[in-house]
Amino acid sequence: MRLLFIGLGGSIGSVLRYSIYYNMLAINGGWLPFLGTLLANLLGAFALGWFTSRLLLSKKLPEDLAAAIGTGLIGSFTTFSTLSVELSSLLQEGQYLLAICYVFISMIGGLVCAFGGFRVGQRRVVVQ
Amino acid sequence: MNYILIAVGGFIGANARYIIGLLAKKYINVSIPIGTLFINAIGSLLLGLLVGKGIRGDVYSFLGVGFMGAFTTFSTFKLELVQLWQSKEHKAFVVYLILSYGLGMVLASIGFMLA
Repeated sequence: MRLLFIGLGGSIGSVLRYSIYYNMLAINGGWLPFLGTLLANLLGAFALGWFTSRLLLSKKLPEDLAAAIGTGLIGSFTTFSTLSVELSSLLQEGQYLLAICYVFISMIGGLVCAFGGFRVGQRRVVVQ
Repeated sequence: MNYILIAVGGFIGANARYIIGLLAKKYINVSIPIGTLFINAIGSLLLGLLVGKGIRGDVYSFLGVGFMGAFTTFSTFKLELVQLWQSKEHKAFVVYLILSYGLGMVLASIGFMLA
């Protein structure tokens, strides 16, 4: 049952990631082909940080559903293999500056997003 | 691109990541999250190979965008880094960060070369 939940989350996450990638490619005309991957990764890092800290605060969500969202949906929405291939391609094309910028934004930005999401999720929701 | 094939690849890829993650946690006891590191490294090699071979269309939708895209992950990687930092495992934090990007780039390039 758990595997079905994770799989469905993975399907939705993958399709969403590709939609963002495809639309970003259409917007910037292929000048920065990695923009879609970067955007999905940063958004996903924030989302998983938020989701994980909310989950720690209130364990109301059934475990299968939590796995479907965290491991399945958000985990598959973000990707690392495409990031590696994009960096490797930039280096092969001799676009060293762009590669360094990409690594830097992914490395630092990803940490900031994950940490930021985690902290936002820790805030108590005040219900009047 | 075929969205059905991307979804099916994503279904299998997410489960493969979940199962490998569980096995790594159960059998390998090191301070860095070795499961995610292994998944991201091997996925980078295989996607490099796939792109290097010039595979496109339905096969790429299924294996590249769907399976390899969902198998490897960025969000879990970053969350694990935050957790390492919060539990004061600063050395593991640096090793995990550098190994992930380093192995990813080197292995993707090797994948291109092997293609």
